[in-house]
Amino acid sequence: MKLTLSWLKEHLETDADLQTVVDKLTDIGLEVEEVIDRAAELAPFTVAHVVSAEQHPNADKLRVCIVDTGTEQVQVVCGAPNARTGMKGVFAPSGTTIPGTGLHLKPTNIRGVDSNGMLCSEREMGLSDDHEGIIDLPADAKVGEPFAALMGLGDPVIDIAITPNRQDCLGVHGIARDLAAAGLGRLKTLDIKPVPGDFDSPIGVDLDFPADRTGDCPMFAGRLIRGVKNGPSPKWLQDKLLAIGLRPISTLVDITNYVTYDLNRPLHVFDADKLKGNLRVHPGIKGESLLALDGKEYPLDPEICAISDDSGPVSLGGIMGGETTGCTEETVNVFVEAALFDPVRTAASGRRLNILSDARYRFERGVDPSFVVTGMEAATRLIMDLCGGTPSHLVVSGKEPGWKRTVTLRPHRVAQLTGIEVPEPEMVRILGELGFEANANGGDYRVSVPPWRNDVDAEADLIEDISRIYGFDKLPTETLPRLDAVARPTLTPIQKRVRTARRALAGRGMMEAVTWSFLPREQARLFGGGDDQLVLANPISSDLDTMRPSILPNLIAAAGRNMDRGFANVALFEVGPQYADDSPTGQAIVAAGIRRGDTAGRHWAAGGRPVDTFDAKADALATLAACGAPVQSLQVQPGAADWYHPGRSGALQLGPKNVLAWFGDVHPAVLDAMDVKGPLVAFELFLANIPTPKGRATTTRPPLDISDLQAVERDFAFVVDAGTSADQLIRAARGADKALIADVQVFDVYEGERIGAGKKSIAISVRLEPREKTLTDAEIDAIGQKVVAQIAKATGGELRN
Amino acid sequence: MQDIAEIERELMASVTAAVDLDGLEAARVAALGKKGRLSGMMRGLGQMDPDERKQVAPALNQLKDSLSEAIEARRAELRRAELEARLAEERVDVSLPVRPEPEGRIHPISQVMDEIAEIFADMGFAIAEGPDIEDDFHNFTALNIPEEHPARQMMDTFYLNEREDGSRMVLRTHTSPVQIRTMESKKPPHRIVIPGRTFRSDSDQTHTPMFHQVEGLVIDKSTHMGHLKGTLEAFARAFFELDEVRIRFRPSHFPFTEPSAEVDIGCAFDKGQIRIGEGEDWLEILGCGMVHPKVLQAVGLDPDEWQGFAWGMGIDRIAMLKYGIPDLRAFFETDLRWLHHYGFVPLDVPTLGGGLSR
Repeated sequence: MKLTLSWLKEHLETDADLQTVVDKLTDIGLEVEEVIDRAAELAPFTVAHVVSAEQHPNADKLRVCIVDTGTEQVQVVCGAPNARTGMKGVFAPSGTTIPGTGLHLKPTNIRGVDSNGMLCSEREMGLSDDHEGIIDLPADAKVGEPFAALMGLGDPVIDIAITPNRQDCLGVHGIARDLAAAGLGRLKTLDIKPVPGDFDSPIGVDLDFPADRTGDCPMFAGRLIRGVKNGPSPKWLQDKLLAIGLRPISTLVDITNYVTYDLNRPLHVFDADKLKGNLRVHPGIKGESLLALDGKEYPLDPEICAISDDSGPVSLGGIMGGETTGCTEETVNVFVEAALFDPVRTAASGRRLNILSDARYRFERGVDPSFVVTGMEAATRLIMDLCGGTPSHLVVSGKEPGWKRTVTLRPHRVAQLTGIEVPEPEMVRILGELGFEANANGGDYRVSVPPWRNDVDAEADLIEDISRIYGFDKLPTETLPRLDAVARPTLTPIQKRVRTARRALAGRGMMEAVTWSFLPREQARLFGGGDDQLVLANPISSDLDTMRPSILPNLIAAAGRNMDRGFANVALFEVGPQYADDSPTGQAIVAAGIRRGDTAGRHWAAGGRPVDTFDAKADALATLAACGAPVQSLQVQPGAADWYHPGRSGALQLGPKNVLAWFGDVHPAVLDAMDVKGPLVAFELFLANIPTPKGRATTTRPPLDISDLQAVERDFAFVVDAGTSADQLIRAARGADKALIADVQVFDVYEGERIGAGKKSIAISVRLEPREKTLTDAEIDAIGQKVVAQIAKATGGELRN
Repeated sequence: MQDIAEIERELMASVTAAVDLDGLEAARVAALGKKGRLSGMMRGLGQMDPDERKQVAPALNQLKDSLSEAIEARRAELRRAELEARLAEERVDVSLPVRPEPEGRIHPISQVMDEIAEIFADMGFAIAEGPDIEDDFHNFTALNIPEEHPARQMMDTFYLNEREDGSRMVLRTHTSPVQIRTMESKKPPHRIVIPGRTFRSDSDQTHTPMFHQVEGLVIDKSTHMGHLKGTLEAFARAFFELDEVRIRFRPSHFPFTEPSAEVDIGCAFDKGQIRIGEGEDWLEILGCGMVHPKVLQAVGLDPDEWQGFAWGMGIDRIAMLKYGIPDLRAFFETDLRWLHHYGFVPLDVPTLGGGLSR
């Protein structure tokens, strides 16, 4: 909502200057977004008289001018073809910056002639694109006067962001009312006298709605004014509209815009001679359409509130009028409309038709239901003043909807909710100035709400008004009472895991990414998603249209982008949501990561190697351990989800069902589809699947149980079927003597000719830690035999010769 | 029998003559080994008559001791020389780079979330979370944003495809639905902060379709707007790590709070840089207010008994402000160079005791 300072002062009696007004507006919740003060910007530029303009001695196209600025005479070299002796122009002295070009003026010498200052063109003043010559001011312009004032640019423009609840401030009068309540002056009373009609309007208005739709247009006032003379509106009106960014069209149209912005009363003017018969307001008819004032054709349907005459639709009620029945310079008889339209229907229709108009903006927020006729009278008066003509009696269909209501205010609630102690008389004063009427009722007040405040229907609304006008600068600063002397931990187990996983993975040299929750549908399909249920109806673009079923595609795509920039070795992770369905339980928190390329770049001592399955497994295991998962009890199952390489992937799980993580090489077909080259390995860790330790955890560690006796290591190599997992072998070896065997490590795996097809060799190192006495060779051999026996039993493996 | 002194001279000479440890060992064996000269002489003692033995034995023993001593001394000397020679040989170019140890980084959003959680944990706030895909009731209706309310249009909501029953799920436009979910599932009083992903259909220089918000909620029987101001001031000081921060409350409007305010923080705009805590300018950083009675009613709380405040702000935005990160969109582009530059090393765990940032 834009207005000018002088326009505001037509409604507000105040001595306040611009800055005071601007500060106060923001202080009371009418946030000033911008102040355009052309007068301040153009202050250095004044009217000057060109005493003489003579040919430059050394340049054909230049003139040497002696300019009288009102205080002195200066010499200016000027290139404008229209510079001539005796003219009045706009003078910019040295030291100023030209608004249209940004040029900073300095005393200079042009081809041997001194020049101090400049005579300016319209483009240089930022007024238009005209640079044909310098501004040629009227002969009666007073030398030395500020140029801005002469041009009607002296009025600063204030742009206010009006919050959706304050429709009453979409007119200058409403803004003035708020400022008056805040102590910035006195609200001037509107002086709108009814204009007596001279005749009955031949055009009637029929509100034609079924019983459940009468709210679409509860009231419609019309008036015919005969014999008007339309044409360009007077300068004061044009200046006002131009200042707030509206284009003057013709007096009649300009008046409707003026009343809209001045009094927040939208109007429409029909050229009465183009109307056939009476107006009928009704639900739109499917199949009909309207060519609106913006030159576009809009289809109608019953959800739209239409206004028709005998020939068909002539206006979209509350949104925009029709082109064919609009007023032109030739209009002689005008039919003025002031009506009420339903906010919800106006908003829905406007949005569906995609029309933004000042009328829609106001009706969808709700306008003052008591001001229809008064607004009409104000418009009539202006039309008669500016265009002449004879008004008819008013035609009023429907009636003013009920708006009277009272709200109880318990004065102690103001301090209770806001902490601000507002004296009761001040509460009553503020409400009164805002148009409420507060009547004492016991210890409380019965407060009548004015018709223009459709946002107020409860005590909290009154408290908001009282506190914002009294001033948020009076808010006390208070500390919440501490709940505990030392703050208690606040994170849930899952929140802790999320944090730990992040730092564990970053600690392993991976970069944390945060990527979109949505991705292209074809990528979702590669990762088991892409169901209709999780597709956006209105995506920002087609490649961000589906909720991600996995974090991996985003990370793989990011690896590809970084490879394109020349970074071939990429290690990325993200801890975030993935979506299996659209229910709250369909969202899972996952730590996912990828490694691509080599483990490290080239190095003189230790080059990297291509990443492989076990890098991903290590990431998953380390993160699980950091998050408190019982890693000793994890089982490793071959194979993972479909987007992993079937033979080079695995699942880390507890029991047959609870999968904590997948890891492995990403399926080559998936990489192909995403156009990213491998090697690329990945893991996905499902943080919520980690069991939460039962019972109250103790901070006490179990006692350290170690022996000083020398440990013994024995190596064995077994030939097993190629399908046997190392895990089986290790478990069997451990089981041979649970007390003495402290560790089993695989130190070699071999498959090849020397072993034979379908077989492989696994070499293990078994570490024995004696507890009571040093082991004898015989005892060590006995354990060795038990290891061999256990492994033979569990895997069929034989000791390799 | 040779004069012992003569023998001593010869043996000592052989020790001194040894130029390396091997030579020294040979000399030792030649003198003190089983078949060594001195050992032979010692063995000869047995054949001597007692008087002679009495005279020679001490001399031989003394010779054996002094020779052993000399050998040890020479050995130490040779070892030292050998070490010196080795040290003179052994040289590395210490300017060579060390073996690569890739450095990971924590994303600024995670870091700032941790900082916020740390500050509010100290003020007794728990962390609450909720789903990104929300229903209409939790995202709008319960927050006093009825159908066709202009505020719904302001929010540029992302909708999922219509379900069979005609309802549409939305991507939450703010973290506020978690307020509702918390108040529905738990009894007051409440003190929570809610960080998370939020979504609005907006994409330009300063907007991304996904961004992060954090909001706070306090519900009890006495918390008023002055506490809100105190809480936010305390937060701003702690978060921006400044002794003094100016805060300004401006009246505003949100459907779910009343009275509502936007909060500005004092700063200086200087050559395209924003410096918090300095200057005379104001920068809007968050919206807040007292929880609207209709919101309390929507979750079955009596507004005459329960009251409290709520506030919400953009995590990405305050991360940009605090750490001088210029472009919001880059947060989500996963450019390794950006992550390395603006990210945090994993050991930078924010704590109140140690300071939030290094």
